Amino acid sequence: MGFEKFGRKSFTAVTKVGEYVDKLESGEVYTTHCPKCNKTYFPPRMDCPGCLSGSLEWVKVPDTGKLVTFTNVKYAPTGFEGDLPYLLAVVDFGGFRMFGRLSDSMQGMDIKVGMTVKPVVVNYENGQIAHEFVAAE
Amino acid sequence: MPDKDVAVIGVGQSAFVRGYPGGIRELCFEAYREAMQDAGISSKEIKALIVCCAPEYDKQRSPSSLIDEYLGLNPAPTFMVESLCSSSTTGFAIAYSFIKSGLYDVVCVLGFQKMSEITSQDVQERMGRGADVMWESPYGTSMPAYYAMYAQAHFANFGTQPEDLALVRVKASTYGQLNEKAVYRKKVTFEQVMESGFVSSPLKVMDCCANADGSSCVILASADRAKELSKKPVWVMGVGQSNAPMNLASREHMRGLECARIAGEKAYAMAGVGPQDIDVAEVHDCFTIAEILAYEALGFAKPGEGPSLIRDKQTYLEGKIPVNVDGGLLSKGHPIGATGGSQLRTIVLQLRGEAGAIQVPNAEIGLVHNIGGVGIYGNVIILGR
Ligand SMILES: [Zn+2]
Repeated sequence: MGFEKFGRKSFTAVTKVGEYVDKLESGEVYTTHCPKCNKTYFPPRMDCPGCLSGSLEWVKVPDTGKLVTFTNVKYAPTGFEGDLPYLLAVVDFGGFRMFGRLSDSMQGMDIKVGMTVKPVVVNYENGQIAHEFVAAE
Repeated sequence: MPDKDVAVIGVGQSAFVRGYPGGIRELCFEAYREAMQDAGISSKEIKALIVCCAPEYDKQRSPSSLIDEYLGLNPAPTFMVESLCSSSTTGFAIAYSFIKSGLYDVVCVLGFQKMSEITSQDVQERMGRGADVMWESPYGTSMPAYYAMYAQAHFANFGTQPEDLALVRVKASTYGQLNEKAVYRKKVTFEQVMESGFVSSPLKVMDCCANADGSSCVILASADRAKELSKKPVWVMGVGQSNAPMNLASREHMRGLECARIAGEKAYAMAGVGPQDIDVAEVHDCFTIAEILAYEALGFAKPGEGPSLIRDKQTYLEGKIPVNVDGGLLSKGHPIGATGGSQLRTIVLQLRGEAGAIQVPNAEIGLVHNIGGVGIYGNVIILGR
């Protein structure tokens, strides 16, 4: 349980990586790593397809990453209308990438692919929680 | 010369419309009737029915059985195939293998979608869940937003401009005006595209195809049956399929669609041809950027050089490689499960010399590129006469 708190609106409640949300609640963004394969995964997962291990370890996401791409969403699917406009992005952390929103504080900024961003925790007004990214420079 | 093992002997398509005035069974019958009349065969020849659609657009569960009954095909076995927007070319690949294996000798592939039963926003919500529902959908994703991120990456990596995307829409409308089965038949000017508002930057309203209701039908047969039943078989030369990670974060790069590139390589290898041998192509232009990505994935242009093909009008009817001269998804509309079958129909008509005003002179080899989700499922089919 607990994963229903993830994101603006979660479609999942039960998962073996529910601890992800606990980590967010403590203010930190983690993902999982397979020590045997020396591979970091995002999205986090407990099962490694490389060695079939079922218990990967939690590792902290690096402090900064590079923006791979983004979009400013002006037309939202059902359930997200209240957030418009919002920014979606892919960020590279060297060895793995993450998907998420760019902070609303970046609206109106000159956002450039390749810029440095940092992962942060966002708490929504209704108790939902997620990771997002904010400009580091 | 293609291997003459499996042939397409009939093709059909309903008009693609905003709101089809009937149920899904009736919508399917429209394409089926046209394909059966085209093939000139009776229903007793059909040994299996593959129904292709994306779920959640209508109330009917397990629609294949209902459609088998309505088309009068019982007791022929049936089942449903789903790979989002590429469902009907996935169905086509299965039909090919059924025939090649000898299990069934004549197979009907029926694709449909009736999207008008729900609102456009609800369509976006369902399409958005055709992605990683645990890690992406909670951020409010949609198909335009995903393709917009591919467009933004193409802009950043290769200097592609919004104007290049607009040229794709202008080409689509040039031919869409001629297609009486297209949902959008108005002329579109470059200025209209550039002035349309953002859906998800950098994609604008006119960079996007429309939702539609529609059905398509393709009938395949073994070589023996094709020779008995058909005067104008079109042969299956290559079938390539690939899949990319659903979550964008799990993909190695955003410069193009790997599932399409790999599916293309496989289809070319099986057919024993290359991009330079293709006389006419139908590619999955759900968004303008998707057509440019397709040029590059299929080898019509080098990576990053797709925009120069459209700037030089090389993908127009008179160009080096005519692409989407039926108006593409941008004009026809995109009834998810029916789209691939509609693309196949266009290529079959081209190879038979029956494409009318959009006929590519003496077309011998044609290609279909049909993508499910945002570069998740890639299907490339090569046909020859
Ligand atoms: Zn491992």
